[in-house]
Amino acid sequence: MAERITKRALPRAGAAQAGAVVYPALARRTGVRKWWAEFRRWPVVPVALVVLLLVTAVFSPLLAPHDPTKGSLRDRNIPPAWSAEGTSKHLLGTDPLGRDLLSRVIYGSRISLMVAMVVLTLGAIGGTTLGLISGWFGGQVDEVAMRFVDFTFAIPFILVALVVVIVLGQSLAVIIALLVVFSWNSFARQVRGETLKLKTEAYVDIARIAGASTPHILWRHLLPGVVNTVLVLTSLKVGSLILTESVLSFLGVGVPPPTPAWGLMVSDGRDYIDTAWWVTAFPGGAILLTVLAFNFLGDWLRDHFDPRLRQSM
Amino acid sequence: MAKFVLRRLVYAVAMLVAVSVFLFSLTRAAGDPRFLYLNEYTTKEQWDSWGKAMGLEKPLVVQYAVWASKAVKGDFGRSLRDQRPALSVVKERIPATLQLGTAAFIIAVMVAVPLGVMSAVKKGTGWDYFGRTFALFGQAMPSFWLGLMLIIIFAVQLRLLPTGQRGGPDHFILPAITLGWISAAGLLRLVRSAVLEVLDSEFIKLARAKGVGEREIIWKHALKNALIPPLTYSGIIFAAFITGSVVTETVFGWPGLGRLGIDAVNNNDFPVMVAVVSFLTLIYVGVALFVDVAYAFVDPRIRY
Repeated sequence: MAERITKRALPRAGAAQAGAVVYPALARRTGVRKWWAEFRRWPVVPVALVVLLLVTAVFSPLLAPHDPTKGSLRDRNIPPAWSAEGTSKHLLGTDPLGRDLLSRVIYGSRISLMVAMVVLTLGAIGGTTLGLISGWFGGQVDEVAMRFVDFTFAIPFILVALVVVIVLGQSLAVIIALLVVFSWNSFARQVRGETLKLKTEAYVDIARIAGASTPHILWRHLLPGVVNTVLVLTSLKVGSLILTESVLSFLGVGVPPPTPAWGLMVSDGRDYIDTAWWVTAFPGGAILLTVLAFNFLGDWLRDHFDPRLRQSM
Repeated sequence: MAKFVLRRLVYAVAMLVAVSVFLFSLTRAAGDPRFLYLNEYTTKEQWDSWGKAMGLEKPLVVQYAVWASKAVKGDFGRSLRDQRPALSVVKERIPATLQLGTAAFIIAVMVAVPLGVMSAVKKGTGWDYFGRTFALFGQAMPSFWLGLMLIIIFAVQLRLLPTGQRGGPDHFILPAITLGWISAAGLLRLVRSAVLEVLDSEFIKLARAKGVGEREIIWKHALKNALIPPLTYSGIIFAAFITGSVVTETVFGWPGLGRLGIDAVNNNDFPVMVAVVSFLTLIYVGVALFVDVAYAFVDPRIRY
């Protein structure tokens, strides 16, 4: 019996040791092919797009060729520069109020990113805190908190947003508050699940026996364990958040005009789709590229740092 | 089983009560609810009679009870714009939304399920790349923009299809594709990952070992089991569907519930708005309830 095992095991061990020789093609891969293999391992294009977007948002005043909110009606609906009637003064053309489209798209990145950043920061902090508390204490606290989370998942967000905006009026603060209320829930649910697992770990018991206070345990021993999940979840949510904000702006209950928000700009172009397609096409294209980049990046981060999240998304 | 259904039913009712409390507190959050109805022709007598009709001198809990009992009977007040009961305004719009929703749903399922299965089975090939690209774009494209681009290309430039509004069957094509594509994206990803997981399981290996044909393995054995995860998420998918239909109807001037909601916002027609939200929430909670119960029947392992 023992002999048979060694006999079968030997060639395998040999193959493993000779691994470097078995795959000479890999070792010999040089130049363009090696570069391409390396390139495909990293999310180069999404990262480049996100960096470009951040730079655009931060340096909008330096990059934009014109004022995004001022225009002259004489220059209304000028087509992009490459078409016959276009001018090089307005690379992407102008909108129905004669405002430079490129400048507005550039400034629009600020609104989208700012809203996403503020909302996700607040949502992640709120959701994580609630998730930790809910998972740690369990019992009634947990029950109430989780039913509340279910509730926020169950309401059709867009409709509630419409009602709230009628009642409270349209402002950036209201939109941010609304998006926060509807973005912390997945953090709370996920962090609670992680906390339930972590609190059975030996090191947590030891900390408790050593006399650590509850806030100390939550802050120093549990939080570091969930931070990974929270960061990955944040990156996964950026795209959908930017989309939701643009939908609200498009429907006229989001960022109030004349602020250049992408959704609002698409809505500006609606009445001119038969004569000025560019007013609609470019801001929407900006949303598409931005969301694509963030979604790719989020997927990549999840696959590499928290593959378990895959099931819950 | 009966206990589970009952518990889930209580839960659904609690959800509706919570939503109604939320809506009611919104109607009171802005201060005196009469301000919503106020216009330049309002007299002092009217103002006082409104106060009486709404029971504003009573405590808030009583006000809620009055408001809720009326709402249960379908009385959401009169539309400020049409001067008709808000509910009848809502009722007129249901068929249009239902028709568009059905068309889009059929498109979404017809595309997402086969394409999701193909990209899982032929992982890493052209099918897979096509399926994943389709899903990625569906999830990253703003639905309103997709709708407008379709109009620009197919209605304005090529003059092949009407721009929307209701009419013959050709009027359905663009709005249904818009709503269908956005809804298909999430479904496709779910189906793909579920099929991938199922194909890796023991019973598929057994079926293969038994010599069952590949086609039967994929479309019968694998797909049947792979449809459970999408079913679990159908609540979330349905919520996205509602949002999508609000946007699609707005873009295409489709006279449905979503369009009505947006018009109500623009006209400050609060009773209609509340009626639309209540109606859609009711449907939403009903669908979620149905799905959970159906799910428990399909998969006996599920007990909450």
